[in-house]
Amino acid sequence: MHELGIVLQVVEQAEDVAKQNQVQKVLRLTLEVGEVSGIVPNLFEDCFEWAKKRTEHLKECTLNMVILEALTYCEDCGETYRTVEFAKKCPHCGSYKTYLVTGNEINIKDIEVV
Amino acid sequence: MDEVKIVEIKEDIVSRNNEQAKQIRAELADQKVFLLNVMSSPGSGKTTLLTALINRLKSRFSIGVIEADIDSAVDAETIAAKTGVKTIQMHTAGACHITCQMSWEALCALGIEGLDMVVLENIGNLVCPAEFDTGADANLVLLSVPEGDDKPIKYPLMFEVADIVAVTKTDVMPVFDFDKERVSANVKRRNDKAPVFFVSAPLGVGIEELADYIGDLVAGKMAKQGKK
Repeated sequence: MHELGIVLQVVEQAEDVAKQNQVQKVLRLTLEVGEVSGIVPNLFEDCFEWAKKRTEHLKECTLNMVILEALTYCEDCGETYRTVEFAKKCPHCGSYKTYLVTGNEINIKDIEVV
Repeated sequence: MDEVKIVEIKEDIVSRNNEQAKQIRAELADQKVFLLNVMSSPGSGKTTLLTALINRLKSRFSIGVIEADIDSAVDAETIAAKTGVKTIQMHTAGACHITCQMSWEALCALGIEGLDMVVLENIGNLVCPAEFDTGADANLVLLSVPEGDDKPIKYPLMFEVADIVAVTKTDVMPVFDFDKERVSANVKRRNDKAPVFFVSAPLGVGIEELADYIGDLVAGKMAKQGKK
């Protein structure tokens, strides 16, 4: 499954940071997820619950997902618009010469540790 | 009770993979080897097309193949039997895409010394492989006629990361509602740089053009790196 591969990556990176900082355990992980990153939050949470049990420091960790709005920029008219609503076609001038500015990210923002 | 602290990470989850991709590119530049990453849905004809392409290119270049699948060695056996080039099969243990860690291990297992080109057949999937850079010089994305000409709209990222698009199984076009111009326009909407080739491996249609195009990319890299 798509989400599982991403979860394993997130867990591994958080685990590494936990080890580097010699923490006892990670209590909370904040993940920034772009609206059009292709992540399904429910599936992601299920995978996270499965994966965290197999780690050393994240066993009691809760997942805090922050959704980032997706915005697209139009090269022809210079306007920025909501990607989810209008997709590739600029609602201002009808051009397809547009590209995604934000909304594709999956960032580990921070972890709360003791 | 221990005090709770916040550790800022601010790391994109693909950032590590992107770092490793840079290392692979540096190593491949050093060894003067061209890496072609081939992606598409399952059953779109990657193995069949690769067999035809490799058979056209193998007199010009020394080629190696990495076949990636969740399980089985079917593809590696097919390629090895039909082309005779050095081939290895890698298993991703359930993962739906190849990461740089995997492509690096596979390149080491294959052994790239003396090769001009390595073809990496990614897992059949139009979603995840697009997100993970493999360190390749070029991404060849296949779209078979039965899948429909709307796929570039439905799977945008895959067609955005493509350097070359090959429409396969064009011999069955008369029985499907598949329009050449429509598919070209749909690809162009996502990506105006990738050329679109129309091929049929069993009939040998378009293979020469596509093989020549890829061959020129390989030769271009070799010339740039000072390899004869």
